[in-house]
Amino acid sequence: MKISSLNISPQLIRELELKSVHYRKTILSMIKHANSGHTGGSLSCVDILNVLYNCVLTVNPLNPTDPNRDRYIHSKGHSVEALYVVLADLGFLPIDELHTFEKYGSRLIGHPTRKVPGIEQNTGALGHGLSTAVGMALAAKKNKQNYRVFTLLGDGELTEGSVWEACMSASHYQLDNLIVIVDRNGFQITGPTEEVMGLEPLEEKFKSFGFNVRSVNGNHIPDLLQTLKQLPFEAGKPSLILALTVKGKGVSFMENNASWHHRVPNDQEFNQAIAELEQIEHQLMEIASQ
Amino acid sequence: MNKLELGKPNQDVVAETILKLAHLEADLIVVTGDSRGSAKMTEFGKVFPEKLIEVGIAEQNLVGVAAGLASAGKKVFAFSPACFLTARALEQIKNDVAYSDQPVRLIGISAGVSYGALGSTHHSIHDLAVLQAIHNIDIVVPADNFETEQAILSIVEYNRPIYLRFGKRPVYHVHQSNVSFNIGKAIPIYEGSDITFLAIGEAVAPAVFACNLIREQGLSCGVVSYHTLRPFDVQTLLDTATASKALITVEEHSIFGGLGSTVASILLEAGIARLFKRVGIPDEYMITGSQAEIFSHYGITPQGLAQTALSLLENHLHSFMSISPPLGKKVEPDSPSH
Repeated sequence: MKISSLNISPQLIRELELKSVHYRKTILSMIKHANSGHTGGSLSCVDILNVLYNCVLTVNPLNPTDPNRDRYIHSKGHSVEALYVVLADLGFLPIDELHTFEKYGSRLIGHPTRKVPGIEQNTGALGHGLSTAVGMALAAKKNKQNYRVFTLLGDGELTEGSVWEACMSASHYQLDNLIVIVDRNGFQITGPTEEVMGLEPLEEKFKSFGFNVRSVNGNHIPDLLQTLKQLPFEAGKPSLILALTVKGKGVSFMENNASWHHRVPNDQEFNQAIAELEQIEHQLMEIASQ
Repeated sequence: MNKLELGKPNQDVVAETILKLAHLEADLIVVTGDSRGSAKMTEFGKVFPEKLIEVGIAEQNLVGVAAGLASAGKKVFAFSPACFLTARALEQIKNDVAYSDQPVRLIGISAGVSYGALGSTHHSIHDLAVLQAIHNIDIVVPADNFETEQAILSIVEYNRPIYLRFGKRPVYHVHQSNVSFNIGKAIPIYEGSDITFLAIGEAVAPAVFACNLIREQGLSCGVVSYHTLRPFDVQTLLDTATASKALITVEEHSIFGGLGSTVASILLEAGIARLFKRVGIPDEYMITGSQAEIFSHYGITPQGLAQTALSLLENHLHSFMSISPPLGKKVEPDSPSH
């Protein structure tokens, strides 16, 4: 499905929104089962991954190494739960395998690994994904291939100097086949990003580094669809989507709370979280049936 | 034994060989970090501007970009001074290249103490140690122009991460003709039953010269060029240790974590005890000067190595046979090469 020709119908939006709720429930189940995981960041970025994998990326679970596939690099590697869930939903790995997350000997380790089909690069140490994405986008230009390269960065990750080295090279080489998405949830493990190390004004920073920048509500499916439909934003420039998200999105007591960065819910918290998500699910289904 | 002839800097051989290969290899690509001049790749950039990617002084990005290019099938040679490549970008080497299994050819130029007078910031005497502790990256340190050319030709089709490092000064030809070069296979240059030098990279030539001096004393001396540190040629080491009473490792690197400690570990685990000495850079605030002066300071010279060898044998005889040193000269056993 090519997003440029996609009809963004209310039905499609409801389907994707329902998927997001389902993904969130699965993420929480994985984390609860593993008794480990990055909760807040997975919940903030899952709508982005939902739209990317279901509507934007040209990837094929039956041929995950197709030379002409779009590439996706999960630079904020610690939110791998969201990526595994979406990849499993698309058929890159068996759904049942999600139960092995972070278990002894499982290939579903706590950060992205190429042992899982569909994952392009091992990440987890922050500030690495964009450089690799630049290399992949450069290779596409050199090889005269049309694939695009997407990478998702966390906002806490942006204090790594290597990110800005990569930004310079992305605009120097005019990589309009490169799309950088920043999961701007405003929190990192210690607290609000602006208290830990001020990042703002982010939009201006990326513009001055040569990106064409768009801000979007990164937890709003229609906004994401509309924005991603317009790629590339400008010929000869890399695109940057500043996705304004909520850390812990979808579960009231996890939202905008840094302590849920990698906290695992206890039984009561887990049940409450699932109940809240099921309430959203019911509301969406009611709207869909009207 | 013939007198050795002086060749070119290995750096020149690398540049010339890659330039030739680029005419044949459509996917060959070079990444530099404001280092094309020092890497002698300026000419390459003029002939093949579309095959050279410049990232500026940004070693972390250099290695990450190289990994991305390699993932898409490009045959990447990523150039940077060894000191920066393997320290500043170590995490990128570990994660983006080795752990992610991207077959990047990491080329550490002006390695070891090539930038001798510039100080510790510019020395790479740690690189072999840190890379040996990282899984899934091979390590090659050629001794002379022949080994360097062969190494480059060998790694064009290499499908694993690999690190190659060499210096910037002219080096001696240490091999006779009809020698074959294979990554992972050490090359015995001379065989000896009394003492054998196991040397790597630009420390091989002084070992060969030292071998000549030792043979003049009537002793049987050998030299092995250990151009590949990983995969390590265990069999040649065991064969050499079986044939020789004493072994001396010689390297342009810290004596910790490089060739010397690797050899010692393998021998001890194999239950083989030999007279043994590591020659290299000790754990101290390093002296600076030209590469030759630093080599001389740490005994990586024909005379220094010969003296170390004779002392090793002499002290052994003195200890075990209760006789006076035959050369009539007292040498401190722990620091004969300093």
